[in-house]
Amino acid sequence: MGRSEFAFGDIFVGIAAIIIGAVASWGIYWLLNFLVTRLPAKWQEKLRAVSFLLPAAVLLILISVLPLLQTIAWSFFDKKAKNFIGFENYTTLFTDPRFLQILFNNFLWVAFVPAITVGFGLVFANLSNNVGPKREKVMKSLIFMPMSISFVAAGTIWGYAYDYPAPGRPKTGLVNAIIELFGGTAQPLLTIEEGHLNSFLLMIVVIWLNAGFSMVMLSAAIKAVPEETIEAARIDGAGPLKIFLRVIVPQVRGTIMAVFITTVIGVMKIFDVILAMTGGNFNTSVLGYEYYRLFFVESNVGGSAAVVTILCIIIAPLMWLQIRTARHQEEIR
Amino acid sequence: MNVVLNKLRNARLGSTFILLFLVVVWSAPTLGLLITALRDRDEAAASGWWTAVADPFNQIWSSASFDKAIEGGMLTSLLNTLVISIPATILPIIIAANAAYAFTFIEFKGREVLFASLVALMVLPLQSALIPVLKAMVWLKKTFGIELVGNFASAWIVHAAFALPLAIYILRNFMMTLPVSLIEAARIDGASYYQIFWKLVLPMSIPSIASFAIFQFLWVWNDYLIAFVFVGEQKSVMTYKLLRLLGQYGDGWQTVAAGSFIALIVPLIVFFALQRFFVRGLTAGAVK
Repeated sequence: MGRSEFAFGDIFVGIAAIIIGAVASWGIYWLLNFLVTRLPAKWQEKLRAVSFLLPAAVLLILISVLPLLQTIAWSFFDKKAKNFIGFENYTTLFTDPRFLQILFNNFLWVAFVPAITVGFGLVFANLSNNVGPKREKVMKSLIFMPMSISFVAAGTIWGYAYDYPAPGRPKTGLVNAIIELFGGTAQPLLTIEEGHLNSFLLMIVVIWLNAGFSMVMLSAAIKAVPEETIEAARIDGAGPLKIFLRVIVPQVRGTIMAVFITTVIGVMKIFDVILAMTGGNFNTSVLGYEYYRLFFVESNVGGSAAVVTILCIIIAPLMWLQIRTARHQEEIR
Repeated sequence: MNVVLNKLRNARLGSTFILLFLVVVWSAPTLGLLITALRDRDEAAASGWWTAVADPFNQIWSSASFDKAIEGGMLTSLLNTLVISIPATILPIIIAANAAYAFTFIEFKGREVLFASLVALMVLPLQSALIPVLKAMVWLKKTFGIELVGNFASAWIVHAAFALPLAIYILRNFMMTLPVSLIEAARIDGASYYQIFWKLVLPMSIPSIASFAIFQFLWVWNDYLIAFVFVGEQKSVMTYKLLRLLGQYGDGWQTVAAGSFIALIVPLIVFFALQRFFVRGLTAGAVK
């Protein structure tokens, strides 16, 4: 019983927090507005935006900007973040073959997952546009469903599909059963490092999660393609595949790019799936996981900070790309 | 004419079959886990779940694994996750709506630069902030006795901060589509910027707020890292609990399977009930 009482106490705390939080945050904005309107007109004009922006700015500076700078600074410090050691963390990382493997794994993820995700999205979107509205709705929901579940839950779902029970015990894992059906031998799939097979098996999970998102985005874009262009190509004698590749794909290029970039960003930070499925073992680790391991297993503040800094440097060009896309969208409006 | 119609019908049938096949492939892993969770323990260990699908009436079905997962504290975790998720959804919305309003309707110096840096922050990995924020919170506890770490409040704050850039971006994009004439009319009638926000812009932004809310709720619900770092074992969330269950292989897959489904219930309900809004949120914020 003690357990559930504990939970009910927390529900109460939660509800109280929601009410207090809502009232308090409204109060802050009321107070800010009150203060600004007491000022002379000239100052009011200048500070008006501040009264709406201040809480957001404070939160962002305290919880993301300053910590980011702190992390970058720590990457030049030792394990305990006490002594300045220059670039030592970086030289240690880049001379460690394990870390180079991790970088390579990250590269594999970025090279394969976004492209395949977009590919599946295109196939799903195109097929579902042909099956009629009722079937489209049901099938799209089922493909999209994984998007709503956590990486950890996806890890258990697929961990079970890849399961390999001890020799002699019945095979209850779906994938190994299929392998045996086609005459192969069941294997502990997630431990197979050859050709990075296990990393690819993990990628399947993330593709499975994200293909629905890609489909939904691309399906909306394909529906917006003007019918005349397709009709014109058909009259010119183009087959369905040609129409798809030459007429539809070029017209949804913007959306393809958006989905691609979004997936790249997500994949670069990939972490939970690896934690849940292999724990970074068998050469499946990536930057996001290495950061976690260095800090939570090895208590190495400097080292983990260096890993995150490297991740940020790799992601930085995408920030620029993202700003450009945002600007572009505004111009369209 | 008949030939064309036939061709179209064939294309439709072909597409349906291919898509149906892909849907089955896509759903099989999830279905397998659910069926395993509902099977009798010995039977689930002796044969694959597909044998139960092939012959459902010769099976012993049982909810024992669900009982076991609940016994292991899965329901407490469900409540913990709710208590984290709801405030962590509401808090950033209030803050972001205010900021988005300023970015849309108030002219000020450096607006474009500020907004561009906001877009850049959207891409920033969460990991870049975790340890410094954690250490700062530990310091707060030591110096002032403010206990954020180990409590839900820390997760609310961190989730709120990391949701802000995307929330502001989505809400601003929406607010830009609101009719400016309406706001100008309110100005002429003597309404202050403050009143216009709370009485006019905020209520009108409900559709995009709903989209973002669902997106954010699922995001927080599914998060592992923030809950693990800031709240930890004492008030473990579903993802945390599930990972622990997964570590106890001795128990076999059944308890894990049942646990997964308890973890999936809320997201699936939210997803199927509010799919339309969720899609809108995703398409509006395809950047995170």
